[in-house]
Amino acid sequence: MKNNAEVVIIGGGIIGCAAAYYLAKEGVSVIVLEKSDHIGNGGSSRNGGGVRQSGRDPRELPLAMYAVEHMWPTLSEELGINVEYHKEGNLRLGKTDKHREILQGLTDRATALGLDVRMIDGQEVREINPFLSDEITVASWCPTDGHANPLVATLGYYKRARELGALFITGENVVEIQKIKGKARRVVTKKNVYEGEKIILASGYESRDIAATVGIDVPMRKELIEALVTEAEPKMFNQMLGTADADFYGHQTEHGSFVFGGASGFEEVNRDNGHMITSGMTAPCICRGIMKYIPKLADAKIVRTWAGYEDICADGVPVIGNVSEVPGLILACAFTGHGFGIAPIVGLLLSELAMEKKTTLDLHELRYDRFHAVI
Amino acid sequence: MNEINDRSRDIGPFVPGPDDDMIICRCEEVTKGEIRKAVHDGMYTLTEIRRYLRTGMGLCQGQTCAKLVKGIVARELGVSPAELEPATSRAPMRPIEMRVFAAEAKEGGEDEE
Repeated sequence: MKNNAEVVIIGGGIIGCAAAYYLAKEGVSVIVLEKSDHIGNGGSSRNGGGVRQSGRDPRELPLAMYAVEHMWPTLSEELGINVEYHKEGNLRLGKTDKHREILQGLTDRATALGLDVRMIDGQEVREINPFLSDEITVASWCPTDGHANPLVATLGYYKRARELGALFITGENVVEIQKIKGKARRVVTKKNVYEGEKIILASGYESRDIAATVGIDVPMRKELIEALVTEAEPKMFNQMLGTADADFYGHQTEHGSFVFGGASGFEEVNRDNGHMITSGMTAPCICRGIMKYIPKLADAKIVRTWAGYEDICADGVPVIGNVSEVPGLILACAFTGHGFGIAPIVGLLLSELAMEKKTTLDLHELRYDRFHAVI
Repeated sequence: MNEINDRSRDIGPFVPGPDDDMIICRCEEVTKGEIRKAVHDGMYTLTEIRRYLRTGMGLCQGQTCAKLVKGIVARELGVSPAELEPATSRAPMRPIEMRVFAAEAKEGGEDEE
């Protein structure tokens, strides 16, 4: 087994796999180390598949807009697998004046940055999607948002990167990054040692402990959130849905099943038995939320529920970029539950950072040293 | 669990077989050939196969095909089926209507509405 490459990537989620693909495509040698037995076993396989621009923080919105405009539409062709991308809009739904206020705020911030998103009334909501409840009086509508299949997109990046020669090793638990002559160079796992000119750290919440081994901290916490899927239903609608209150979000997949995520309010303290166990109260709560907005789904059968961690950054947007105190180290973590939709552009940006090229987008707002005490 | 698994190790080329068109996962209509090809695409675990092809993700949740898929993947990788960890079983045990599931917090269930 080869133990050195130009770039070593810690974390085999969609971010690590995408970075590996864009590097391998440029002929750069890559080793990807994944702790789990499975590629993409964290948030990459557990999220709701949203490819959204609306509702995003202005600091990360340019990434989402770039990915939607230039990358998602051709991704299936590029990876040689159908990632089930649909660019058919996102409705963020509301019923009350308070909801209207939340939606108006999100919409104003996004339009200021050039995103095509607008407020619509209940009638227009039901013209776009006739299955939605009459109680909905307001929504934000972004026609260029959409969704994709996160399982296939993640494994598709993996498959294509692997075909291009990127090495992937699962079951490799990274414990430490070591500097040599002042530069990050060595990645020590429980069983082996790897070396790279550049090291990309993209392992979700676990990035925090690994970054700490070279004296860097990324302020984040983790929440165990849940999602569910129904049996296949006849085609009803193609939009991505969310709500002002964030009770639930989701879409109907190409397969016909509906995938929804949501919250019980106990996400910060949900119990984990080491296998990201689901709680008894979350999925029923998500169901109640869904039925209030899409009454017709009350008879749809739930076939599976699952849980997964979000790595939530102290200020709600990811940390992406070089670390000046540790030359050679590139961070990509704390995606705060928004990582899937921007994964293609993040993968491309990481490949550019690793090759020391000018990046397609400016990453200054997402730098690791942006956190300051209140006074 | 957490055995080192080099995804570039040589498992030989994909050789088409006469029974590749045989349906293995009946719920999602996945064939033996598709499963064998997925292994050569790098899907070395049953969890990855399931996420890649939807085997065992239909109404029966793999109760029919899980063993068959395991045998096919093990043979393709040249390992014993016992070495392959089964994909995770997930709640609920049987498909359950949203309106029924939603009523879990109410005493007496949905009739109390």
